[in-house]
Amino acid sequence: MAAAPAVARPRISLRHRLAERGVDRTLLLLLPAVVFVVALFIYPFVYGLQLSFQPQAGSDAANKYGTGPFADYRLFFSDPYLRNTIWTTLKIGLPAALFNVLASVPIAYRMRGRFRGKRAVTTILVVPITLGTVLTAEGLLAFMGPTGWLNRILLDLGIVDHPVRLTHNYWGVVFSLVITGFPFAFLLTLSYLTGIDPTLERAAATLGAGWWQRFRHITLPLLAPGLAITFCLSFVLAFSVFPSAIMVGEPARQTRVISIAAFHAAFEQYDYSMASAIAMIMGAVELIVIGLVLGWRARLYKGATGGKG
Amino acid sequence: MSRSSTKISELRLDKVCREFGGVRALDGLDLTISGGEFVALLGPSGCGKSTALNCLAGLLPLTGGTITLDDRRIDGLQPEQRGFGMVFQNYALFPHMSVRSNIGFGLRMAKVPKADARRRVDEAIRLVQLEEHTDKFPGQLSGGQQQRVAIARAIVLEPPLVLMDEPLSNLDAKLRLEMRTEIKRIHQTLGLTTIYVTHDQEEALSLADRLVLLRQGRVQQIGSPEEVYTEPANRFVAGFMGYRNELGLPVSQVNEKTVVLDGLGGGLTGVRRDDLGARAVAAIRPEDFTVGDGPNATEVTVEVVEYQGREQAIQARTDDGVDLHLRADARLAPGDRVTVSVPPERVLVFAAESPAAPEEVA
Amino acid sequence: MTAIMEAPPAEEKAPRRVALRPGAWIVWGSVVFFLLILLGVVGAVVVNSFGRKWFGGWLPKGWTTHWYGATWKEFDLSGVLTVTLEVALAVVVVSVLVGVPAAYALARRNFPGKRVLMVAFLLPILIPPITYGVPLATVLYKFHLAGRLSGVILANLVPAVPFVILVMTPFIEQIDPKIEAAARMCGARTRVIFTRILGPLLIPGMLAAAILVLVRTVGMFELTFLTAGADSQTLVVALYYSVSAAGIRAQQETDAMAVIYTLSMLVLLVAALRFVNPTQLVTQIKERD
Repeated sequence: MAAAPAVARPRISLRHRLAERGVDRTLLLLLPAVVFVVALFIYPFVYGLQLSFQPQAGSDAANKYGTGPFADYRLFFSDPYLRNTIWTTLKIGLPAALFNVLASVPIAYRMRGRFRGKRAVTTILVVPITLGTVLTAEGLLAFMGPTGWLNRILLDLGIVDHPVRLTHNYWGVVFSLVITGFPFAFLLTLSYLTGIDPTLERAAATLGAGWWQRFRHITLPLLAPGLAITFCLSFVLAFSVFPSAIMVGEPARQTRVISIAAFHAAFEQYDYSMASAIAMIMGAVELIVIGLVLGWRARLYKGATGGKG
Repeated sequence: MSRSSTKISELRLDKVCREFGGVRALDGLDLTISGGEFVALLGPSGCGKSTALNCLAGLLPLTGGTITLDDRRIDGLQPEQRGFGMVFQNYALFPHMSVRSNIGFGLRMAKVPKADARRRVDEAIRLVQLEEHTDKFPGQLSGGQQQRVAIARAIVLEPPLVLMDEPLSNLDAKLRLEMRTEIKRIHQTLGLTTIYVTHDQEEALSLADRLVLLRQGRVQQIGSPEEVYTEPANRFVAGFMGYRNELGLPVSQVNEKTVVLDGLGGGLTGVRRDDLGARAVAAIRPEDFTVGDGPNATEVTVEVVEYQGREQAIQARTDDGVDLHLRADARLAPGDRVTVSVPPERVLVFAAESPAAPEEVA
Repeated sequence: MTAIMEAPPAEEKAPRRVALRPGAWIVWGSVVFFLLILLGVVGAVVVNSFGRKWFGGWLPKGWTTHWYGATWKEFDLSGVLTVTLEVALAVVVVSVLVGVPAAYALARRNFPGKRVLMVAFLLPILIPPITYGVPLATVLYKFHLAGRLSGVILANLVPAVPFVILVMTPFIEQIDPKIEAAARMCGARTRVIFTRILGPLLIPGMLAAAILVLVRTVGMFELTFLTAGADSQTLVVALYYSVSAAGIRAQQETDAMAVIYTLSMLVLLVAALRFVNPTQLVTQIKERD
């Protein structure tokens, strides 16, 4: 095997050139995952995209706008009942995501160090995430319903005269998004915060910065990129609200979110091209919001935060 | 599977090249190492010394050149087929294996019979003095102990070649000295051919039989520690070997062996090492200066004094504004005016365009 | 630096706890408030599931476990639980088998197009399940896979495989590649490196990834909902249907099922927390301490 030399040289150098760019047999390990993503994610997505440009004969869109490629989209944007689902979704998703992120900052800031019971608190906060939206919605109906414990407390304390309506409307959905979304945002923020070297703040303190100045000029700028990511992920969760919008919301009007419209088109009207069009619009709106946030993030300092995270 | 027999007579590197994206990290390394030798590859970071080691190990394929071990080409072989031992900078111990299993891993791979393997592992453990720690895991050991495990793992097979990649750089100063002696002792005991990569010239000088100085992938000088120390081939090697004073001065008189430069009082006489132009660089070690009158005498003002036990490290300035580094036994204080001198044979004069040493020389 | 430590230093007499600042009170107060609401939400479901009748009043009139038996029978929960288990286990096994090798390649190599590939792997996690679930379900129906167990498994794999890759890539990155080099220098071939060196080192990470995928799959509503047929429902989907069928069945039956769901999630959660940090349940960022 030692006598391969002279002939083998050019072949080795080609392999070398590829290896230098990181291309070698190890990349074969990627193959199953790539096949998988292409077959189950990219292909359906592309399929859905082209389906959305082929209105189904006999569908509302086809009847109104013909079978041109944009009929489904034209119907969506001209029919207020469909078009408004975008605003409805944003009106629920944006405030909920924003609240979750903003509320998690002071709390995570307070809890960023080590203290007894930290793991217990974080564990309890994980519970609503694992419970998921369906159970949370069910619980909200019982707890915040007109005869639920919450209204009972409010009545007994004399804060209100009549039970407050907190379910089957806008607020019910927002509550459910906060309950499942806040712990998510909190844990993310906490992990970003613990990644910031605490000695940086101590250094600022020795230079005479008070706690607000330390937070404002040291911690917040280092945390901001992480917050942008946290907001994006929270927004994705809130934007795709589906079961709770049906269960604790008012799915016909106030909380008719875009995912309900997509589901309705696909599985009640069996208009797959319209459903695909709505899904594409949904994805586009979401990516626009995320793009804006990430665009803002790109202007921030994103280097090392000195911590162990 | 062709594991080589333990003792080699010669390892030859012929025009070994390695490129990274068009940059030559190693540019035609020629080197012949005879059996039992301890060779140090020395140079600043990025000089190609680690690249050379990884090429020898087989962890990096060559872009050109050949490596032959006793007339057998090995540059096409996979690392596991070469049968070399290697000590890594950060030890790279298997964290999930005990000290014993770490050391015995290579024997297991070579399918050495159990009893024999056990005996050899015990031997290696005794050699690195880890008898107390055989069943511990790497995470439970101190840095020095981990280093001992790494060394034992590399030598237990008595490989034809042991490769060491800056093995002491992660240890603190005291431990580093201790392990240096240890490595020397192990080499003397087993006589294994060893290639040792380091950026620390003191380490290289004290351990190696032969030094290879590298700069930007090219060999600058190959020689015994004494040769490299006293007769550096160029300005780069001089700077790297502790010639801290590099004085750029005009040439006033060139003789066959010596040269006289303008400056430093009445002119500086030194040994000519290159063909010289109008200007030249004189390289002088701090410890070659003496305080007091003598050859090449000049008057200086003491500026900074560092206490270093038996002697002082002094930074002083000549009346022409040239900074000098020197050492002195006498107690001096900033502001003192003293006369210093240096014997001409300790002043090496290089051409001004000769490549310089990197800034941060230890 | 907890609330306690930020108290003004040593005003000798005052016990330190009392020295909490108003800001700290607000923060801790809102945490307690949130936890109380959470308790109420979960508690209301649990209490109702054991209640005989509950119209107004703080607690139901009388207690019973009747609803559990009823809901078990009526919704064929043993069948549903079997399906849930089958789906979850299949998704875990396949996603680990597919995801871990990919994560290894991503952690160890830089190659042209790596960023594009990373984005492709990230998208299924970033895009809401409904968005790609609708076209995915359409495709699965086209190939007659939806409405069956295999379709549910395939759909759930879409976010699971990228999730495994996302968890495992940083985990593999923190394993020093020099360790593999050291093994090769000891004469180990690629196969041995995978079985004796990498395998044992990767097990903690794979366990964490597997348990996280398990939790997420059991809780995944949207994708299962879009692709499940009558006999391929998981627990969460069955729960949703029973809620939307309210009026036909007693509310308590639904709540009993919700409690069963909660319990199974809690069991998984407790199991998960033995292997992973709570933070990891929401993110791949590893909190090392």
